[in-house]
Formats: sequence, structure tokens, C-alpha cells
Amino acid sequence: MELIDGYPAAMRESIALVEQTRPTRLGRTFPAMTPEQRRELLLGHHPDYKDGAKRPLLFGPNKGMLLNHELADLFEARPLVSASLDLNDVDSDVDLLIIGGGGAGTVAAIWAVQAGLDPSRVLIATKLRHGDSNSTMAQGGIQSADRPHDSPAQHFLDAMGGGHFTNRPELVEALVSDAPLIIHWHEQLGVMYDKDEQGNFVMHPGGGTSRNRMHSARDYTGLEIMRVLRDEARNLHIPVVEFSPAIELLCDERGHVAGAVLVNLETKRYHIVRAKATIVTTGGLGRLHMQQYPTTNHYGATADGLILAYRAGAELVDLDAIQYHPTGAAFPAQMAGLLITEKVRGMGAQPVNCKGEQFVYPLEPRDVEASAFIRECSLGLGIPTPHGIQGVWLDAPMVDIIHGPGTIRSALPAMFRMYTRFGIDMTRDPILVFPTLHYQNGGIITNPDGATTVPGLYAAGEVMGGVHGKNRLMGNSLLDFNVFGRRAGIAAANYVREQAQPTRLSLEHVATYERHMRDAGIKTTRTAPRILPDYRGKEALERYLDIPL
Amino acid sequence: MSEQTGMITMQLMGKNYQVPTGLTIMAAIEYAGYKLVRGAGCRGGFCGACPTLYRRSDNHRIFTALACQTLVEDGMCLVQMPFVPVVSRRYDLHQIAAKPNTLLQHFPEIAGCVACNTCTRACPQGLQVMDYVQASLRGDIERAAMLSFDCIACGICSSRCPADIKHYAVGLLARRLYGKYVTPDSPQLAARVAELQTGNLIADLNALMALSQEELRARYEQRTFETSEENKEPFSAIQHYNSPMDPVDYKDEIEV
Ligand SMILES: Cc1cc2nc3c(=O)[nH]c(=O)nc-3n(C[C@H](O)[C@H](O)[C@H](O)COP(=O)(O)OP(=O)(O)OC[C@H]3O[C@@H](n4cnc5c(N)ncnc54)[C@H](O)[C@@H]3O)c2cc1C
Ligand code: SF4
Ligand code: SF4
Ligand code: FES
Repeated sequence: MELIDGYPAAMRESIALVEQTRPTRLGRTFPAMTPEQRRELLLGHHPDYKDGAKRPLLFGPNKGMLLNHELADLFEARPLVSASLDLNDVDSDVDLLIIGGGGAGTVAAIWAVQAGLDPSRVLIATKLRHGDSNSTMAQGGIQSADRPHDSPAQHFLDAMGGGHFTNRPELVEALVSDAPLIIHWHEQLGVMYDKDEQGNFVMHPGGGTSRNRMHSARDYTGLEIMRVLRDEARNLHIPVVEFSPAIELLCDERGHVAGAVLVNLETKRYHIVRAKATIVTTGGLGRLHMQQYPTTNHYGATADGLILAYRAGAELVDLDAIQYHPTGAAFPAQMAGLLITEKVRGMGAQPVNCKGEQFVYPLEPRDVEASAFIRECSLGLGIPTPHGIQGVWLDAPMVDIIHGPGTIRSALPAMFRMYTRFGIDMTRDPILVFPTLHYQNGGIITNPDGATTVPGLYAAGEVMGGVHGKNRLMGNSLLDFNVFGRRAGIAAANYVREQAQPTRLSLEHVATYERHMRDAGIKTTRTAPRILPDYRGKEALERYLDIPL
Repeated sequence: MSEQTGMITMQLMGKNYQVPTGLTIMAAIEYAGYKLVRGAGCRGGFCGACPTLYRRSDNHRIFTALACQTLVEDGMCLVQMPFVPVVSRRYDLHQIAAKPNTLLQHFPEIAGCVACNTCTRACPQGLQVMDYVQASLRGDIERAAMLSFDCIACGICSSRCPADIKHYAVGLLARRLYGKYVTPDSPQLAARVAELQTGNLIADLNALMALSQEELRARYEQRTFETSEENKEPFSAIQHYNSPMDPVDYKDEIEV
């Protein structure tokens, strides 16, 4: 296929229209929708409301909750180890086990140590390398109300409204009132946020926020926070085992959580960890590819923590609502699904259709914005690509026009670099986007200290639910993994000191779970957790021999 | 070389495979039937888990790339690199000062840099790696922080460096020192943190918490918005902390 500066001729024709309308669009923004218009759009076009995409959970504390089939399949699946596994030989005996070495897990470990736990009695077990996580991929920024004309109360309103008032208010309260303390902590740790000459943060708006309160570090915000946290944990001598995902929680005879079974991904040897308290920080589920959507998430985002916690009896919330980020890359094919940070719209780039017309306010809440893109394409006003999918334009060159030449390169280096690698110059040409599977809004129910409904088990970060209700706003999840990671770390440390009395280890809860599944009439050979998605080529698998070696 | 149209031949770990054109190296490895455990993390150019070494038939050089961000080429002969171990002395950032010799004290090996520029040529992010090592050596923490900011710690530079320098660890310390000691603390944030201690702000929050759903919805719909015009100073790449000081030459990366 012949490409002209990265785009095929057919797409170039539409780009010409975008360029034509650009001067008149500058400074003129499409109006925001009324609540009624938003509701109607969501019902008609959001993937969460699509008929037939979901089925109810058939057993357990959340019986009846509607789940996308891809997720329901994992709840209706057999464990990877049987309940009769020998648990007598404990490989690691610790005070605190943290499952998941992303942002939430690392923050929890640091604060558990600050709260008095001996670092050598803490263990972070993680699936890939320490820091290979959604946290590292976050680009846009983190919210905190710290300017005079902003307030935690204003932040509270934005978050509640963004979540359509389904959020748990006590969690949102914790989120917004801890936010300035978290940013202050980051400042002390040397996180290099973008600042002006006085040292005040450069703030950008985000979808659904009424104040500019997005703190960023170029468009590598998550990377910058994560690598500082990882360095801090390392300097505190907190042990980490990599390539060792948890595949089952362990309970004691009273049903309190008391550790986990890990598996070494290379040797497949299992490893028993006994812990006085356990924090699940396994992140999200994008790699389940709900409704066949591509995803922005990292390789290990497969909902493991939800499955493990549910088997141990923890309650879940809001998992019927999945966040599709409006701006996933739609062209070129190699970038499909990768995130185009909301900051691009925050800095002035408008979404436009194939005729170069605006059709939506650029910073509606994410679910609304995504639905508007899907509707535009279904009306035939999208731009078709050679690989079959459609998208709408995001008029990126506007950023440099509004803020001055060089802004894209310096404020959005990750975006610029990614497009450049695939032959597109986003300072000159618009980029094509379509919604992509981005975030697990719901998750494990916790109180504001990260405690789940099962004693001994805590959760923080993307795997927990309730704080964002059915729709998260940008910048609130980097914040939430810090706020609730810290709270869970401190609360778990206190629990270890004051309450924990684990008795004999048991997998009885797994046997019970299997019984509930049988009682609900589910017969299956599927297993869970999934651990990693499988992208091996069909052609290669057709000749695959499953032989012992 | 290709037999089918749209297919190319690449050599992976010493074996030839036919794969479709247009795949990233990572997708090609998976297409060939490998299930990645190591060698894949974010799959989007942010984590540095996928460094790859390759040669081309038409060139004597060793090329380096991120498997998730680079397209396969006909005749490519590649291996995935294991990680480069970093063992460095621990530090407590709160106890060290940002002095001109701090980086050299923590990483004495940077004095051994022979200025061969191999690290810069190898960096898949297109960073001026040698320059940030040299800046660290001179004690220019700011420049080292700025130039290393986009580093994803893939370790490719360290695997190629004749002086065994741990570039990304040096850059990380430079940035933390810069962020903590060189950049001024935010006065607005400090004021807000103090204000939080007075409890006034929490009272406002509690008042919102006490509202009924309808009242809260009404308050939400009456929010006033900060317009971008209110934000008087437009973002300027030059006047702010944490903007690249040197324009990075990305062209190097998109050869071919
Ligand atoms: C591309 C992208 C951009 C984003 N941009 C923003 C943004 O601008 N602002 C914002 O606020 N939020 C953003 N987010 C969301 C935010 O980054 C995440 O929600 C947040 O970082 C989640 O943190 P976490 O610690 O809960 O999970 P993660 O950081 O994903 O960490 C989870 C860790 O657990 C490990 N794990 C998983 N299963 C197991 C298991 N069974 N055993 C052991 N370990 C396991 C994983 O490998 C991973 O290391 C973005 C997300 C993505 C993907
Ligand atoms: S500086 Fe080194 S570690 Fe960092 S991205 Fe470049 S090659 Fe990788
Ligand atoms: S590769 Fe090593 S010796 Fe060569 S310029 Fe880079 S840091 Fe210096
Ligand atoms: S997999 Fe993360 S950079 Fe390639």
C-alpha cells in the first residue's frame, strides 16, 4: 500500500478537509451536552449497554451482577491448583504479602514499612518485572486540588458527577482530601513534575473536571512516578519476587486470608507464602479484550486479583461498567488500541469527523466522549482504514498552533515519538482515534482503609472498586493507587501488629467455590486466573504439539 | 527472499520464519508461535521490557530496538536481550545533598566514560545518553535530569557501554535530586497542605457528603468552569521546569 507521509491517499483526502476547516474551528469549541443528551447517547451507543454482551454471575456474594462474557468466563472457571495441595511446607513466612508490583503495591509496601513493619518481613510478589504495570503507562496526569480557587470539595463534585453519582462517597472523600498530601509526598521523593518558575505546578484540564488540576510530568507521568517509587522501595530493602504471580489466596481455618500460592512462571514450581496480612494490588483487566476491543493496558492486566478475592469470599462492585477510553490509536494497525493521552485534547486538539467538522465537546466524561465517537462512525461519518476499522480525527496540530511551535515535542514527547516511529508527524497531520478498552471502573469493595469484606485481605488501586463508581475521570486513578495504596499499607501494618493470628493454612474456600459452581450448574474445563493473554499465531498453533519435554 | 506476497523472512534465535509484513517485532515473535513471558511488559513503548538486538544483511552494524515499537524487516536477524542486571549502592534521598560531586560519588564509574557515543547510538528513545553521562560527570544535575527524563530503563545502553556504566540508574538519581532539591517546592501546594490541617476544607467536604442525591446533582450541574483563558500564562515549553533542553533528533530512529 502506497503511503503519503504515513497515510494512504484515501485518508489524505479527508485530512485535506480537516485542514480546510481548521482556521474556523480555532477558538470555537463544540458545546457540552446536557445531562439528558448524555444519557441518551450512552444508552444508544456505549458498549456497556450493548444487548447480549453480558450475563449475570450465578453464585457467590455478587450473584446477579452483570458481567461481560469474557469476565464472567473467568469467574466460572476452575482453579489452577486443587484444594488438596500440600500446604505444610511454607516457602516464605512474612508479615505482609503484597500481590502485584505496580503503583498501588509499591506504595503499600513503602507505607507499611513507614508504619513500622520490618522490610525483610514484607514481600512483593509480581507477575512480570517490578513496575511492568498500567501505572508505568499512564501519560496524562494526576489530579489534586491544590490551587487557591480549587478545593477538595470541588474535586469531590467532579468525581461524583463523573461517576454518575454511583461512587461511594466515603471513598471519594478519602481520595480528594489525601490528594494534596500525596503530591507533597511525591515532591519530597523527587518526582519531577512540570512546574513553573515559582515551583507551582503546570495544570491542565481533564475530561469532566471543572478546574485545571492535572499535574503531569511531560506525558510520562506514570513512568516518572513508578520509577521513583520503585527506587524508593529498593532503597528501603523491600524484597520483590518477579515473574511469580499469585494463582490462589490462602486462608486459615477461620476463613481469614493468610497468604497465597505463587507460581514461578519459568519453572512452574509453586511457592507457598504465609502472611499475617495480604494486600491485592493486581491492577486491571484490559487484556481480556471485552467485546473484542483492543486495549491500552499492559500485558499482565487479566483480572487475576478479582478472581482470587472472589474465591476467598470478598465482595465486588460495579464490574458491569468498563471504561473505554475515547482516544485509542486507530491507525496505523501496529498501534491499534494504544493510548492517545487525554492531555492532547486538554491542550486543545479537537475531535472532528471525515468532513473536518466538530461533533462533540472535546472533554466530555470519557464514556460520553467514547459513545460520541462510536455514534459518529455508525452514522458513516468516520474515516475508514485499510485494516477495516474506522476512526475519527483528533486534530493534533492545533496544539502547536494554540501553544506555540515545539509544544507537542516538549509536552507530549511519548506521543510524538510513537507516531514518528510509525512514520506519522503529529505536528503536521491529525491522528486517527477510536475507543479502546482502558480501565476497570469497579472491583473489590473496600472501606477507606483498603480493608475488604474478608479479614486479613486488603485491596488498593485499579483492582478495588467503589471510588470511581461507574466511570472514572482522568487523573483520579494515579491518585487512587497512591491514596489507597498508602492507606492499605498502613492499615495492614496495624492489623499485623494488633490483630493477626493466622492458624493453619487451608484451601477449603477453593473447594467451597467449586461446589457453588457445581450447584449453579456450571460445568467447565476453563481455568482461571488467566495470568497472560495468548497472542500466538493461528498458523503456528495449528501444528502445536503438547508434549512433555 | 519472500515467497508469499506480503510475507518476509526474519531470523529469530537462529531460525528462519516467514511472517507478514507490517508486524512489530513483538507481534512477529508471537506469530511464529512463541509465548512471551520475559520480553514483554507494557507492549506500548513505556516499560523497557523488550530490548532487541539485530543485524541486517546490508550493514555491518548491530542495531538495537524495542520489540513492541519496531516493525520487522526482511532479512532481519534478531535476538531478544535479557535484562541488564543493575547492582548499585542504596541511598536515602533525604540524607544526600545535590552537590556537584554527588552523582560521581554514587557512581564513580562514570569517570571512565570514553565518550564513544555508543550509548546514544543504541538508545531506542533517541536520547542524548552520552551527554547526560557527561553532564553527570560535570555535576550538572539539571542537564542530566532533563536529558535523561524520557528514559524507560531498557538497559540497552548499559549492555553496550565499554565503561560498564549504569546509565539509567545515574539518570534516575539525577532526576530525583533535581525534583527534590533543585526545583522549588510548590508554594500553592504548601499552602493547601497547611490549610488541610486547619480542617476548614474538610468541613466543606462534609457539607457535600450530607447532601441528598438530588441536592448533590444540582450542585454538580451548577458548577462553574475554569476556562483556559483564566489560566493566564499559556504553557510555554521554554519557561518551565522539565522541558527538554535539547531538541532530540528522532529522525535517527526512523531510518528505513
Ligand atoms: C495507557 C494508560 C494510560 C493511563 N493514563 C492515566 C492517567 O493519565 N492518569 C491516571 O490517573 N490514570 C491513568 N491510567 C490508569 C492508571 O495508570 C492505572 O489505573 C493505575 O496505575 C493502576 O495502578 P495499580 O497499581 O492498581 O495497577 P498496575 O499498575 O497495573 O499494577 C498491577 C501489578 O500487578 C501485577 N499482577 C497482576 N496479576 C498478578 C498476579 N496474579 N500476581 C502477582 N502480580 C500480579 C501486574 O503485573 C502489575 O505489575 C492509565 C492507564 C493506562 C493503561
Ligand atoms: S538511556 Fe539507556 S536505559 Fe534509558 S531508554 Fe535509552 S537505552 Fe534505554
Ligand atoms: S557507551 Fe559508555 S563510554 Fe561510551 S559514551 Fe556512553 S557512557 Fe561513555
Ligand atoms: S513491552 Fe514495554 S517497552 Fe516494549
